[in-house]
Amino acid sequence: MTDAAARLTPEVEADALLAVRGLHAWYGESHVLHGVDFEIGSGEVVTLLGRNGAGKTTTLKSIMGIIDARKGSIRFDGTELIGLPSNRIARLGLGFVPEERGIFASLSVEENLLLPPEVRPGGLSLETIYELFPNLRERLYSQGTKLSGGEQQMLAIARILRTGARLLLLDEPTEGLAPVIVQQIGRTIRRLKEQGFTILLVEQNFHFAATIADRHYIMEHGRVVDMMADADLSARQAELQAYLGV
Amino acid sequence: MFELLGIPPQALFGQIMLGLINGAFYAMLSLGLAVIFGLLNIINFAHGALYMVGAFTAWFLLQYLGIGYWGALLLAPILVGAFGVVIERTMLRHLYKLDHLYGLLLTFGLALVIQGLFQNKFGSSGQPYAIPSVLQGGQNLGFMFFPNYRAWVVVASLGMCLATWYVIERTKLGSYLRAATENPTLVQAFGINVPRMIMLTYGFGVGLAAFAGVLAAPIYQVSPLMGADLIIVVFAVVVIGGMGSILGSIITGFTLGIVEGLTKVFYPEASNIVIFVIMAIVLLLKPAGLFGRTA
Repeated sequence: MTDAAARLTPEVEADALLAVRGLHAWYGESHVLHGVDFEIGSGEVVTLLGRNGAGKTTTLKSIMGIIDARKGSIRFDGTELIGLPSNRIARLGLGFVPEERGIFASLSVEENLLLPPEVRPGGLSLETIYELFPNLRERLYSQGTKLSGGEQQMLAIARILRTGARLLLLDEPTEGLAPVIVQQIGRTIRRLKEQGFTILLVEQNFHFAATIADRHYIMEHGRVVDMMADADLSARQAELQAYLGV
Repeated sequence: MFELLGIPPQALFGQIMLGLINGAFYAMLSLGLAVIFGLLNIINFAHGALYMVGAFTAWFLLQYLGIGYWGALLLAPILVGAFGVVIERTMLRHLYKLDHLYGLLLTFGLALVIQGLFQNKFGSSGQPYAIPSVLQGGQNLGFMFFPNYRAWVVVASLGMCLATWYVIERTKLGSYLRAATENPTLVQAFGINVPRMIMLTYGFGVGLAAFAGVLAAPIYQVSPLMGADLIIVVFAVVVIGGMGSILGSIITGFTLGIVEGLTKVFYPEASNIVIFVIMAIVLLLKPAGLFGRTA
């Protein structure tokens, strides 16, 4: 374990669902992650905070196997993810919501919702999903990309809840959405936490992150540089603002 | 006997029938090209050569194994499709991240090699292939004589096209294909083995060309250049229909076959170029094709 990892590792170590150690990643020639260390315990909601270009999205994509050029260690429930293709990683129980939402234009809302195959038993039923996102049920036969931005975000989250994935990776789910929609997504994430989902959230909006997460990791220049428990957030407001440059 | 616009009905309907037959081949081949282009981003110039290989496979099966037309109709697409899978695995796979041009050059080269090998062995003359006995003869419709085998070709290709359309547009597997055409990375991140899907799609597209080749064997002679003659027109059909559009390639294929047939009746001099003239007009007015989506 690196020094940074030792410093940043809280008590969840023993039952960490996801443990990232010394993660390096490259986009072509450009070296984007320089040894990322963090971990998430089962049932936690954890955010990655940081400025643009700090490597948050790259970290999610590396965990998911979408970025193939990576080194270090990513262990999910005891299985090493480095070297596995993304379809095998998804099958272990990871669900991914990309920043751009990734709603398919040539598929209806229903087809988008049913697209990700079930990877493990125990996903939410369609009934529960419609109860969480009533708008979707009313627009099942519309073209996926005809939905509003907020509805598309809900669809992007809804479709990975069916699959039985236990760890959800959400990349900026509130970006560009109206405050009322942001609140709705916040409520949804809290309900998912109650249901036992583990969530890794990338956020720029730390006001939003503070309302739903247990812990926050701060990223800078391709590394995790600090960790704050949600309870400490108000006491460490000045530090956080310095990190985020707000 | 009555006449329409001064044209004897035998000539008119005869040409419409020929157009329908040609259209059936245009539709099947451009459908395969559309499916392959959609998912692989490869303009498969080897398509005509693989259609020819399908026809020759039927001929080989009969000559050396005694397997007749119906067996060949099933086996040739599977064998040629498997050959396509080998091509995808060993060659095309390395080109997906490059410009379209590389895939086009590679498959064009492959087409030349495959055709060259067959020409070396068989020369340019054709091998005859008999119409299966149940489909010999024809129907006298009063105004024209319709050979049974040609009716079968139209029905079989229409059935194959509609089945393909149904699978792609109306089934779960089809939703994977459409989604992977848009964003293969994300579809794979949902747990779907996209590389295998791409491989099988190429195999299927090529198998469809072989199926067309077997259907063509009893109509045209089985000759090494039968695909080279056809593929240029098929590419024009694909451009008119819109690259990557499934329904577009089926409708455009049949329609242009009939338009070509009618041109032979009313203005025979233009019949060889009518499709290319239409292509030029479509490119000027709607560059993405009649059914294409603008990127």
